[in-house]
Amino acid sequence: MTRLLTPNLVLGAALVVLVVGMAALSLVWTPHEYAQMNMRDRFAPPSDIHLLGTDQLGRDIASQLMVAARNSMTVALIAVLMGGSIGVALGLLASAIGGWVEDLIMRIADIGFAFPALLFAIMLSAVFGPSLWVAVLAIAFINIPVFARVTRGAANVIWTRDYVAAARAAGRGKFAISRDHILPNVAAPVIVQATIEFAIAILAEAALSYLGLGAQPPSPSWGRMLSEAQTLMFMAPQLAIYPGLCIMAAVLGFSLLGDALRDLTDPRLTRSRQA
Amino acid sequence: MMDLKGVSVGFGAAYALRDVSVSIARGERLGIVGESGSGKSMLGLTMMGMVPDAARVEGAIALDGAQLARASERVWRRHRARKVAMIFQEPMAALNPLQRLGETVMEPLQVHLGLSRAAARDRTLELFAEVGIPDPEARLRQYPHEISGGQRQRVLIALALTCDPSLLIADEPTTALDAHVALRIIDLLVNLAASRQMALVFISHDLAAVARATERIAVMYGGEVIETGPTPQVLQDPQHPYTKGLLGARPGIGGETPGRGPDGRRKRLPTIPGTVPPLSALPAGCRFSGRCPVELPHCARVRPEPHRVSGNRIATCHLLGGRA
Amino acid sequence: MNALLQVRAVTRRYRMPRSSILRRGPVLTAIENVSFTLERGRTLGIVGESGSGKSTLARLIMAFEAPDEGEVLFDGKNLHALSSAELRLLRRRFQMVFQDPWGSLDPRHTVSWSIAEPLRATGAGEIGRRVDEALSQVGLRPQDGSKYPHEFSGGQRQRIAIARAIVTRPALLVADEAVSALDVSVQAQILNLLMDLQEDLGLAMVFISHDLPVVACLADDVLVMRAGQAIEAGPTAALISAPRAQYTRALLAAGGLMP
Repeated sequence: MTRLLTPNLVLGAALVVLVVGMAALSLVWTPHEYAQMNMRDRFAPPSDIHLLGTDQLGRDIASQLMVAARNSMTVALIAVLMGGSIGVALGLLASAIGGWVEDLIMRIADIGFAFPALLFAIMLSAVFGPSLWVAVLAIAFINIPVFARVTRGAANVIWTRDYVAAARAAGRGKFAISRDHILPNVAAPVIVQATIEFAIAILAEAALSYLGLGAQPPSPSWGRMLSEAQTLMFMAPQLAIYPGLCIMAAVLGFSLLGDALRDLTDPRLTRSRQA
Repeated sequence: MMDLKGVSVGFGAAYALRDVSVSIARGERLGIVGESGSGKSMLGLTMMGMVPDAARVEGAIALDGAQLARASERVWRRHRARKVAMIFQEPMAALNPLQRLGETVMEPLQVHLGLSRAAARDRTLELFAEVGIPDPEARLRQYPHEISGGQRQRVLIALALTCDPSLLIADEPTTALDAHVALRIIDLLVNLAASRQMALVFISHDLAAVARATERIAVMYGGEVIETGPTPQVLQDPQHPYTKGLLGARPGIGGETPGRGPDGRRKRLPTIPGTVPPLSALPAGCRFSGRCPVELPHCARVRPEPHRVSGNRIATCHLLGGRA
Repeated sequence: MNALLQVRAVTRRYRMPRSSILRRGPVLTAIENVSFTLERGRTLGIVGESGSGKSTLARLIMAFEAPDEGEVLFDGKNLHALSSAELRLLRRRFQMVFQDPWGSLDPRHTVSWSIAEPLRATGAGEIGRRVDEALSQVGLRPQDGSKYPHEFSGGQRQRIAIARAIVTRPALLVADEAVSALDVSVQAQILNLLMDLQEDLGLAMVFISHDLPVVACLADDVLVMRAGQAIEAGPTAALISAPRAQYTRALLAAGGLMP
């Protein structure tokens, strides 16, 4: 049991709990109204009233970070769920049908891999105008080939198992087998991938918002806070440091958690743990 | 040659081996037979000094007079390869897929025996010829995946012979091979034991393979040797109820010819009821109690003593009587 | 009346992966021109070693794949000419037991779920009662059904796999190395179980194994395969007492039936 609690898992889980906790708390309570400006109280240092001080418009930094966390989580969650479900479905389909259909789907996925998300986001915002939804769609899009590939790889292994042959002998169709046998048995690698993709999505959202393609004012975002702080770097470096730390904590947390989960579900490692 | 007296290997409260005594003389071929969980592989590892770190080893292990029961890894390593070598079930897993077969066998010759490259190469060719590998020159440059399973097992036998061991331990060496290939590997091992005066310990679940490969047999159950004696005698006239059950259950060895009985129904095989219990749930007395068809009331509590059935045949069962 | 299973001159070739972009991969003939007939309630043993084509033959009989030449008739119907809906419905009448008791049960489903799968696929009624019946036929208790496969030993898992195969009351059971992964004492229990089921349910069986003595104890007839071809066939007793092929003699020797 003690060997299950690797440093990766403990640190990853702690950071994830911290960031998710921040986001969840912001739903019911923030120290201040996050968008409330106060021109008399600009660049306030940390105090009892403003835990982390205020920004160039006198807004409470702690409150902004909390709401930004919520925005980041939402974007990442929706994007990974969207991209993940489409990707998993495509992967299962490719694996179930095989032949040229599988080749076609996987080649398209390869093209998707080669397509830069940033370019896609710029394209989307040129059409629809920049918004958080553009960020969601762009991130979801880049997730599809990742999940399709992971799912198809794992599913191809499961299709060779005797219990799948037994299900075919039982007269079950490819759809029923995919749902009842393949999907439950590829869930572990897919969940691991989802955790890692979640971290990448947070980073991508921050990057898009930094470029002005994601969250629009006044909706706070770590990426946008960073870009706004840029011009004030020498005057108030803390304005850049706080969101930077938040991005780091979230990305590191989900990445470590994903790595730890991958180690836990790796059968080779499981066996050596039991021995 | 090698002599084990009252050897036990324990993990926590459970014993993988309990009070095992076997000895093997120079040039002798000993078979160790048992089902999974019988401890036969652990016995092989014990003879190699390769028990897991977590295990407690009790009793006496003597190799050519040297006491090794409590020997360190360093001492064992000196004996391994020089005196005791081992081959395994899965020849592919034991070979480095990226190394040419020649290099694999030449390496220990150069490292352990200090042969020059040319001398090691010559010696490798001799060994390949000795284990019946056709066209040894060509094999030197091949990789493991380029040859058949039987040829791979021959390469591993050649590798085990590099330092001229006086004892070769073969753990299920034929299980992964096809029947007619397995027969030739067994015959090779028998011939090597004779020509080199090398002792052979042949561990297998396959009674037919052991019958062909060995002259003496030790039957294991629940971490104990429950019957031992000359192979043909034990197989033709087993004394221990477990040996009887095992032989009866295996079609083609003991038992009746297959076919239909007078009632028109197929003849059923005699079976041993139940399954082998896990190590931690073995009975304290006779390990076979609970599954034994002729069990006495005290069998589960009291450990039976080894009983000398005749000359060099020993069986450990209450029904047969007391100490040998 | 038709024979239950007729295999007529089947040949199956596989194209190996290409080694160069310009050249197609080489063709491997897994089985060539193999024929046999199995009557209702009888057992045919197929003996061969790895590469003999015996597992390919099982896959053709189970209609997992189609032969390149020849045909497989089950109860007079050409399995590989049926529509997929017809085939799926017919599948309840021929079932299979696999070699590896650890790989043939989905670890994510309960034992009852797995046993019920063939019933569910063909829309049968009274699933619960029939699963319990199948469990007791293979010597397990109804309450074992709510457990997961990892809670059972290899022999018990093979019993579960057999229960799944007989739950639709098939006419034919194909067993591919069904006892090879088991310990000798457990092997005997499973062989006896197969004999019981065959006699009680009137099953016909294709029993495939590398182990001739094992095949001999339950087969009426034996077919010996090597390198994709049937090299010897005949009634079990005759084949064992007077094998014609050198290879058959080697298989007997390996099983301990001959010195």
